[in-house]
Amino acid sequence: MNHSHTHHEPLLRIAKRDPLPRSKAYAVRVIAVLISLLVSGIFIFSVTKLNPIAVYQSMFQGAYGTNRRMWVTIRDTMMLLCISLGLAPAFKMRFWNIGAEGQVLIGGIATAGLMRSLGTSVPTPLLLIIMACASLVCGAVWGMIPAIFKARWNANETLFTLMMNYIAIQLTSYCVALWENPFGSNSVGIINPKTQAGWFPKLFGQANSLNVIIVLLVTVGMYVYLRYSKQGYEIAVVGDSENTARYAGINVQWVTIRTMAISSAICGLAGFIAVSGASHTISTSTAGGQGFTAIIVAWLSQFNSFIMVLISLLIVSLQKGAVQIASQFNLNDYASSVITGIILFFILGSEFFINFKIIVRGKKGGDAK
Amino acid sequence: MKKKVFAVLMSAVMALGLAACGGSAASSPAATDDSVVATADGQEAAGPDIKVGLICVEDENSGYDASHIDGCTAAIKALGIDEKNLIIKKDIPEDESCYDNAVDLAEEGCSIIFSDSYGHQSYMMQAASEYPDVTFVACTGDMAASSGLDNYKNIFPHTYESRYVSGVVAGMKLAELIAADPSLDPYVGYVGAYPYAEVVSGMTAFFLGVRSVVPEAHMDVQYTNSWYDPTAEGAAAEALMSKGCSIISQHADSTGAPSAVQAAHDKGQNVYCVGYNVDMRSVAPDVALTSAQNNWSVLYEHMLSCFVNGEEVPVDYSAGYADDAVMISDLGDACAEGTQEAVDAAWAGIADGSIQVFDTASFTCQPATDGSYVVDDAGVVTSAFGLDADGDFVNDNGEAIVDGAFVESSLRSAPYFSLRIDGITELN
Repeated sequence: MNHSHTHHEPLLRIAKRDPLPRSKAYAVRVIAVLISLLVSGIFIFSVTKLNPIAVYQSMFQGAYGTNRRMWVTIRDTMMLLCISLGLAPAFKMRFWNIGAEGQVLIGGIATAGLMRSLGTSVPTPLLLIIMACASLVCGAVWGMIPAIFKARWNANETLFTLMMNYIAIQLTSYCVALWENPFGSNSVGIINPKTQAGWFPKLFGQANSLNVIIVLLVTVGMYVYLRYSKQGYEIAVVGDSENTARYAGINVQWVTIRTMAISSAICGLAGFIAVSGASHTISTSTAGGQGFTAIIVAWLSQFNSFIMVLISLLIVSLQKGAVQIASQFNLNDYASSVITGIILFFILGSEFFINFKIIVRGKKGGDAK
Repeated sequence: MKKKVFAVLMSAVMALGLAACGGSAASSPAATDDSVVATADGQEAAGPDIKVGLICVEDENSGYDASHIDGCTAAIKALGIDEKNLIIKKDIPEDESCYDNAVDLAEEGCSIIFSDSYGHQSYMMQAASEYPDVTFVACTGDMAASSGLDNYKNIFPHTYESRYVSGVVAGMKLAELIAADPSLDPYVGYVGAYPYAEVVSGMTAFFLGVRSVVPEAHMDVQYTNSWYDPTAEGAAAEALMSKGCSIISQHADSTGAPSAVQAAHDKGQNVYCVGYNVDMRSVAPDVALTSAQNNWSVLYEHMLSCFVNGEEVPVDYSAGYADDAVMISDLGDACAEGTQEAVDAAWAGIADGSIQVFDTASFTCQPATDGSYVVDDAGVVTSAFGLDADGDFVNDNGEAIVDGAFVESSLRSAPYFSLRIDGITELN
């Protein structure tokens, strides 16, 4: 009897918990960040014997130490945020768009190609509009391919979008070889360095103001679209249950294709911002893995645009800080990746404790955290 | 109970968090002080009080980047600059992150900034145009002279000299192999990074070194389209060995090719290798003959000393064996008898000018299709472009053939020998 009792009730078991009040859920997340900093502090000290506080300071310096660094952090945050915003509607619809990386590159290729060919003939404001439209269209077309296959033949979109990335990367390599400058450098180099044609103009004295303006407009737009528009509601219904959606008279195929077109068009726009507003060049690292990082951002924020801003900022700050500690303490890049990994692990792990509780044997109700 | 435990955990975390914050508050001035003291020390050490930046495409695991890091560090020491004032950014790809890092170094107070890879140059140039008070040096770059910028420079050692001498070492070994087996095809292979002048110049110099010993030798080149890709370099070496190459050399920065040659040798193949940048005997003890090496410290020191002393920093600076800027690594045990003597003779010939690496009498070319060079009926090059930076097939600055030899690295520091000579076949 006793034996069977212990057999059936393990020491710890996991159960879904009632939704936590919002304040408590955020408290858990903040605690997770604090613990992750402690754990990485222990890691830093045990491996490098460096003072963890000095390392954290250096990370902060790396992200915000100078006006210029702050703007680089903001610029890259906007890039990550823009991709995350693009992913949000697709993921909300439970359409696993793993292809942001490729959609960004396609938008980037379109922008770079136009910048090279029209740089001398079209004035920059008009060129910017042309490039923005081209990147939106190219991104949308690139993303609609897997969406159509999903809608018509139920092709697995996860694999499809993932594979499309590799095609986009190869296309980019091809364009880099085509536009190589100087020959042999395997790099397109800065496009229009003298005339700066097709570059984002300086606004309010800052080269990256326009990046912020565009992405924040998209942020607000996406918030309103997902929360208050009919289409946003359709996306939510399709995401929760396709059958319900069909029963309610929603054209699931059309919603799938339309949503994916919007999703990948915004990712294409991110490519435009990356090329025209930041790098002024194109390479296979233009997307730089942000297309995958954005998946984490979109999920962690539960598709809330404004929370995406915060999470993008956190992740980019960590990346910038990681680069700084690598150079300041002469650590290998990998050491800083470990720190970023630990912090992300705890943030993601905290979602577990928000959604589940651990019940200890013999205690009614159990406890979490 | 649940609440209590939660509260206890919360307070524990808060306490730790506070402790961490307190610690940071207490130690942050200390940390800042440290750096101030360090700078002050630098001034007291009477060395020049400048900050130097270095951008590397890989980290010290790549022999090429290690030679830059060592070279720059040695130059800094020689000039009495505090080593703490050298800021090194590693693993910076040849894209816009190079620009970001160059600007970041400038903002951090570096007054002279170096980058070590060819593809960095466009981004360095952009940074140079925005920070006219900071000197930017793109090592191995070739756009300084044509950039129109006063603060943008290029440096490059006479690597073709050390490649020629490493070719002599390979030639001696090849001669020994042929003596043992007269039916052996005098066939060498070369793993190249990218098909452009820097690589072409180096591989041709190596091949001419081989041919100075074994006149009937021929060579195949396999490109990897990467500066550092151990897997691709190993695969290229394997492909070349399977085609029958007895000696593999490389212009790529990893130990991929020598490792592959060692592995083939372990399986009974009679193959050897000539490396680049670093002594390859650690990964290929039985097959490494030698490595062509650059002593970058000579070039870094020249640029830095000009800069520190307020002299004009040259737009292009190049130095060779005469200035100790190039060398080959210690000869491996597998080298043929008499190699050391042949090496000494080659160096002496280069030093006194009796050996011109690109002596036009030592190679022939097919007639040019683009007009960038002229050959006579025997295929001997009589005239060649020095530079055609913009690819319009108009000679930009000067004739490269002087007194019966292609003069490398005098019109600009970066190599511009890109003739494809008879006897070398590019496979891809």
